[in-house]
Amino acid sequence: MSMSLQSRAIVLSIALFFAFAGLWQLILPAGTGSAADMDPAYAALMGATAKGASAMPGPLEVGKQIWEHVLDPFYDAGPNDKGIGIQLGYSILRVLVGFGFAVMVAIPLGFLIGMSPLFYKALDPFIQIMKPVSPLAWMPLALYTIKDSIISSVFVIFICSVWPMLTNTAFGVASVRKEWLNVAKTLEVGHLRTAFRVILPAAAPTIMTGMRISVGIAWLVIVAAEMLVGGTGIGYFVWNEWNNLSITNVIAAIFFIGLIGMVLDLMLSYLARLVTYTE
Amino acid sequence: MMSDSMSTSPQPRIRVEGLAQRFPAPDGSGETTVFEDIWFSVEPGEFVCLIGHSGCGKTTLLNILAGLATASSGNVIVSGQEVTGTSLERAVVFQSHALMPWMTVMGNIAFAVRSKWPRMAKAEMLKHCQKFIDLVHLTGSENKKPSQLSGGMKQRVGIARAMAIEPQILLLDEPFSALDALTRGSLQDELLSICAETEQTVFMITHDIDEAILLADKIILMTNGPDARICEIVENSLPRDRTRANMHTQDNYYPVRNHLIEFLVNRSVGFKDELASPDYDPRHPPVVRPTVITDEAGETGTGVLRAQA
Repeated sequence: MSMSLQSRAIVLSIALFFAFAGLWQLILPAGTGSAADMDPAYAALMGATAKGASAMPGPLEVGKQIWEHVLDPFYDAGPNDKGIGIQLGYSILRVLVGFGFAVMVAIPLGFLIGMSPLFYKALDPFIQIMKPVSPLAWMPLALYTIKDSIISSVFVIFICSVWPMLTNTAFGVASVRKEWLNVAKTLEVGHLRTAFRVILPAAAPTIMTGMRISVGIAWLVIVAAEMLVGGTGIGYFVWNEWNNLSITNVIAAIFFIGLIGMVLDLMLSYLARLVTYTE
Repeated sequence: MMSDSMSTSPQPRIRVEGLAQRFPAPDGSGETTVFEDIWFSVEPGEFVCLIGHSGCGKTTLLNILAGLATASSGNVIVSGQEVTGTSLERAVVFQSHALMPWMTVMGNIAFAVRSKWPRMAKAEMLKHCQKFIDLVHLTGSENKKPSQLSGGMKQRVGIARAMAIEPQILLLDEPFSALDALTRGSLQDELLSICAETEQTVFMITHDIDEAILLADKIILMTNGPDARICEIVENSLPRDRTRANMHTQDNYYPVRNHLIEFLVNRSVGFKDELASPDYDPRHPPVVRPTVITDEAGETGTGVLRAQA
């Protein structure tokens, strides 16, 4: 019997998944403790309902919870009880808006920097200092100046998305092969047409790589940003469920965050394939 | 016919006058002169090859003719107008073909045609592009990307792209040097027949002697750089209907070939002495025409006819 690498990989993936779920089930603290085993003060605090059971769910519980979220993702039962679909929607919207503004700023600016060795050198120290700053460090500044928590979180997404796209666009534009530019020059092609027909397609794969890095970072950052600003979004959902001590929902949310992150990356990698060329 | 090109017509297609290129020396002290005092002209319909060793500034010279580079001093006059930049009347075929890899064969040629005639109707433009794709025998590969083509096919596209804008002058920078011998041969044949058909004025850089003998009416010999000069202008004494297949059977083939080899191997190195001679005038480099001569006794030998341009 010979299976293709692809199908063997799928079988192994499924086996690893069940091994992981089995191990998870095995090492779960046995939920047999009673209130009597607890610190008396803690038991008193928890009240009569406390069974002393661990809040750590098993894989089946998590699976069931995920399934429930899938069945009813968009319910809205007040500010602290919204379906996970709504929360994810808020987060995706913020990421897309922040990322969209970043694209509008980073790509033209990156073009300018890439085209001009002077700007490349002059702006380099600023970019090098700004780039490694954790986007969340901007949050207080954003909250103070913008005075709106939603816009502040969008701003944080913007600021973290800008740098990879800016540096990649500048690099891509600066390293467009001289001979292609010479072809455009000998054909007396205007600046705008050269930019759109020669430089942009030549730099597009590098720009797309920058966009992919940016959207990945943006999705990482939005969870943290929403934990800080609260209100709505998947980050707020995670924090809210932690406050509810619903570890089941926290794990379910981790699963959905990963899933959406993967989808965003797949979408951009598909776009990247469209603009890739082989020399 | 060869003597026609010797007589100076009222207005040559290209006139190069006292061209020099200098760069700041790498160590920052003074300047390095790549070439200096370059004078020559190219008549309409003439095919001129420039031969010289690497480093004598051949590509720099071609870039100046194309308008991609600016000379340190001297002028290039094309059809009576001084060259100040690039022009659609001077098309360049680059050594590395320089096709846009994200465009198809048709796309690459259409990009050039669109640049020359922005308002040409689409159907007419496609027809025009197709004509030149057919001319270089790439019919059927219109929708291929350059990465799907062999090296020879890519260079064919490069030639078609340059020809498609119907320039006054075609500038070729060692277009076949990266190709294998067989492909190079068939592309030379094609270029020869295309140029014969269209009476295209061509200036081509090469370091392949046989290529120059096959294609050129006039071969400009440049000495080694730095501080390169035009050593001599060799007129091709072979009949113009020569082909790659019959070229080596022509009487004058070996006289021309030996003259060029003698230059590349021996004279290009120690040419400083020849330059120092009072007979050498950079404005009128010696024009020679190597031929077979037969003396009274019927003995054949090689003779070099010298003339002053």
